[in-house]
Amino acid sequence: MSKFTHSVKLDKDKCCGCTTCVKRCPTEAIRVRGGKAIIISERCIDCGECIRVCPHHAKKAVVDSLDIIHKYEYTIALPAPSFYAQFSGLRDRNVLLTALKKIGFDEVFEVSAGAEAVSRATMMDLNYERVELPVISCACPAVVRIIRTRFPSLLPHLLQYRTPMDVSARWAKKIAMEKTGLPKEKIGCIFISPCPAKSTSTKMPLGEYESYVDGVVSMSELYPVLQPKLKDITDPEFLAFSSATGVSWAKSGGEALASQALCNLAADGIENVISVLEALEDDRIHQAQFIELNGCIGGCVGGALTVENTYIAKSRLVHIMNTITPTRKLEGTPDDEIMKEDFPITYEPYMLLDSDMGRAMEKLARIEEQVKRLSGKDCGACGAPTCRALAEDIINGYGKEEQCVFLLREKLEKLLEEKEEQNKEEGKESEGKGTEG
Amino acid sequence: MSALVQTYTVDASDFSGAGEASGNVKKTLKTLGFAPDVIRRVSIAMYEAEINMVIHANGGTITVTISPEEICAVFDDVGPGIPDVDQAMQEGWSTATEEVRGLGFGAGMGLPNIKKYADVLDIKTTVGVGTTLTLKFFTR
Repeated sequence: MSKFTHSVKLDKDKCCGCTTCVKRCPTEAIRVRGGKAIIISERCIDCGECIRVCPHHAKKAVVDSLDIIHKYEYTIALPAPSFYAQFSGLRDRNVLLTALKKIGFDEVFEVSAGAEAVSRATMMDLNYERVELPVISCACPAVVRIIRTRFPSLLPHLLQYRTPMDVSARWAKKIAMEKTGLPKEKIGCIFISPCPAKSTSTKMPLGEYESYVDGVVSMSELYPVLQPKLKDITDPEFLAFSSATGVSWAKSGGEALASQALCNLAADGIENVISVLEALEDDRIHQAQFIELNGCIGGCVGGALTVENTYIAKSRLVHIMNTITPTRKLEGTPDDEIMKEDFPITYEPYMLLDSDMGRAMEKLARIEEQVKRLSGKDCGACGAPTCRALAEDIINGYGKEEQCVFLLREKLEKLLEEKEEQNKEEGKESEGKGTEG
Repeated sequence: MSALVQTYTVDASDFSGAGEASGNVKKTLKTLGFAPDVIRRVSIAMYEAEINMVIHANGGTITVTISPEEICAVFDDVGPGIPDVDQAMQEGWSTATEEVRGLGFGAGMGLPNIKKYADVLDIKTTVGVGTTLTLKFFTR
C-alpha cells in the first residue's frame, strides 16, 4: 500500500482534462496527463478545493456509505457542529440527534463537546503560560498538513491536543465501553464530516498512532436521508449536551474566541491561511496569542461535503448558538489520554528537490534555466498550473518541453517555413528542367 | 559545487508587493533542504531589510548567493543613505513617515532585528549616494 491515502478520487468518465482544478489547487498537486487530472500524492493536503471547483463534478470524496453502521454491534454517530447548520428551520438540536438514532445509530455524541473540552484546555494553557506563543489551532487537518510540509519552524506552536473529532471519538467510546461492556472493536464511532480532510485523518492520523473514528459519512450523503424524517420527530430525546462554545467551532473565529486569548487571529480559506503562516514565519505577527486557521472559507460550514451555502449556514449556526439550552449532562471530564496527542507532529519535507543539498542546487539551477525557455504565460494548457511547475516536472523527469503549446507552435511554424522554402526550391528546379527540355 | 545566485529588483512604488523577494528566497531555501531555523532567520532578516528598502530608499536590488555553508544577501540602493548608523541600530529609532507608520511599519525594529537574526551585518552608507547592506547567515 502507498504511504499516502487520500480522500479525493477522480471519476475518469466525467473528467475532460480542463485544468480548472490544476489551476486552483493550493499546493500545485494536480496535473493533467493523458487528458485526465491526476493527483501527486505527497503534495495533496485533502483540502477539497478540487471537489468544490470542478465544473464537471469529476472529483469525488472517498468516504464511507451509511451501511458501515451494520459492521458494528454498537454504533455512535459523531456529528460535527457544522451539521446542525445544514437544516433549515431546525428549532432544536435534539430533533436532529434523535433522527440519527432513528436511522440506526445506537448513540449520538456531539463533536462540539470534544471541541469544548479542547477550548477549556487551551484556555488553561494560555492562562498558565504553558505553551509557546502564539498557539496555532490543530483542528483543520488541511492546515496541519500544510504546516508539516511547508512551515517546519511553526510546528512547535501547534496545539498539542487531538482534534475535537478524535477527542470525541475516544471519549464516546470510553463511555460506551463502560455502559455496554463491549470491547473497543465492536463499537463503531462514525463521524459525520463536512470535508474530505478529516476523513483522511482517520486513515492517516496526525499526531496519534490510531484514530478512534471507525468510519466517516459525508454530510451531503446524510442530508437527504435525514431531512424528510425531521418533521415526524415531535417528541425528541434529550441528547444534546454541549454549549454554544463548542458549536461555535463550526464557523471561522469560533475557536479563537473560545480560547479567551487576549488577542486572537482567525483566518479562513487556504490562500489566506498560507499568507498568515508566511507572516508568522517572518515574525510579523506579534500581538496574537491564539491563531485559528481554517482551510475552507467560512470555516467548517464551508466544507466541500456540506450542502448549504456557507453564509446561510453561518447565520443559522449563530441562531442555534444563541438559543442553546444544554439538556443532558455528561459525567466526568476527558483525561489526558483522551485529550493529548500521542506524539508531536514532525517535519515532512515533501517540497525538497533532492535529499542531497548539492544535487538539489544543481536541479534548481536547471529548473531556472528551463523556466526561461518556457512561454511565461502560465496558461496551464500543458497540464501543469504554471510554467515553473512544468519546468520542475521536466527536470524531475515527469514532463516534456513539447507540452508547452507556445513552444510547440514555434516549432511548427519553423517546420512550415522550412517546408515552404523547400517547396520553392523544388519549384525552381522543376522550372529549370522545363526550359531545358 | 558552485553557489546559486539570485537577483531581485525591489519596486518601491507598490507597497503591497513588499516582501516578495524574501518570500521567494524562503521558498527556494525550503526546496533545497536548509534547516528550519536557518530559513526562519534568513526570512525574518531579509523581510526587514526589504521593507527598509521600500520605506526609506525608494527600492533597489537584492543579490542572494546560496551555498550549503552560507547564505549571503546584499541589498543595494541609491537612497538617501543613513546619517548616523549607531542611532539607526537602536531599538525604537525610526525616521519613517506617519503614512508608513499607519501601515504598521516604522517601529524602529528593522535594523536591530536584522542584527539579531543575521550572523554578519555590514552597512556601507554614504548620505546622498546610497546604502549597501550585506547580511550573512552561516548554516552550521
